[in-house]
Amino acid sequence: MNCDEFVELVTDFLEGALSEEDEQRFVGHLAECAKCERYLDQFRQTIAATGELTPDGISSDARGLLLNAFRDWSRP
Amino acid sequence: MAGARELPPDDVLVSRLREGHEETFALVLDSWSGGMMRLAMSFVSTKASAEETVQDTWLAVIKGIGGFEGRSSLKTWVYRILVNTAKARGTKESRTVPLGSLLTEEEGPTVDPSRFRGAGEPYAGHWAVGQEPQPWHLPEEQVLRGEVRGVIAEAIDELPPRLRAVLVLRDVAGYGSAEVCSLLAVSAGNQRVLLHRARALLRGKLETYLTGAHEAVAGRELA
Repeated sequence: MNCDEFVELVTDFLEGALSEEDEQRFVGHLAECAKCERYLDQFRQTIAATGELTPDGISSDARGLLLNAFRDWSRP
Repeated sequence: MAGARELPPDDVLVSRLREGHEETFALVLDSWSGGMMRLAMSFVSTKASAEETVQDTWLAVIKGIGGFEGRSSLKTWVYRILVNTAKARGTKESRTVPLGSLLTEEEGPTVDPSRFRGAGEPYAGHWAVGQEPQPWHLPEEQVLRGEVRGVIAEAIDELPPRLRAVLVLRDVAGYGSAEVCSLLAVSAGNQRVLLHRARALLRGKLETYLTGAHEAVAGRELA
């Protein structure tokens, strides 16, 4: 396997979606290519960092409106 | 996931919401609205419109919680309402996001081919000299509080809508692939293609930021 093929298969590898043959080729390349090992590691770091995001919520106005709506609905 | 506070199990949440327990409502509202905003942005044109989508979704949740049957998790049920609400609004705004098949710009390499040795060279297809991935220093605190967080958030906002929808659901909200395929009505294969493209674009933005922005690399890879 070449590096340019490797970089396109990273998500399939992480998802366990590669055929057995492709997985063997992927792992074989990984074992021999420090640059692609680094690419895979950076891919994983990117995913981990994305998972740490605490997204901005809705505005406090909207929050207040929804809390009121919940109160009104549950106490008709 | 993603920094959300620990929530009680679904059956507890649902019965408290039905009883009108305000703290529980505030808890799910605060835990999920951020992810919902990002997801809504995949379907509608403006932040204001995304916020209205999220509001409409919560109103539908308030009215519908009595009829929730628990066939999916509560969060999945809420996200389904969000996706339907956002799609309807996006259609009205003439911004449809067809998710069924891949678009041409979603095919092709995710790393600039010029970073690899060309066909005629020795070791064709391997990283070219000076174009290989450089080491990163990505300390955890920096991810949580620092600029890296901003870099990633901005990169997500710049993703094409379909890529953003898949990435937000998988990597921000932490859904599994089966749930995402079902929520967005995409095949497993297309879901992986969209996810891979989105992740590769994010990795590229982080690379540019963390390795001191080699201008040549940045300009080309993100073009």
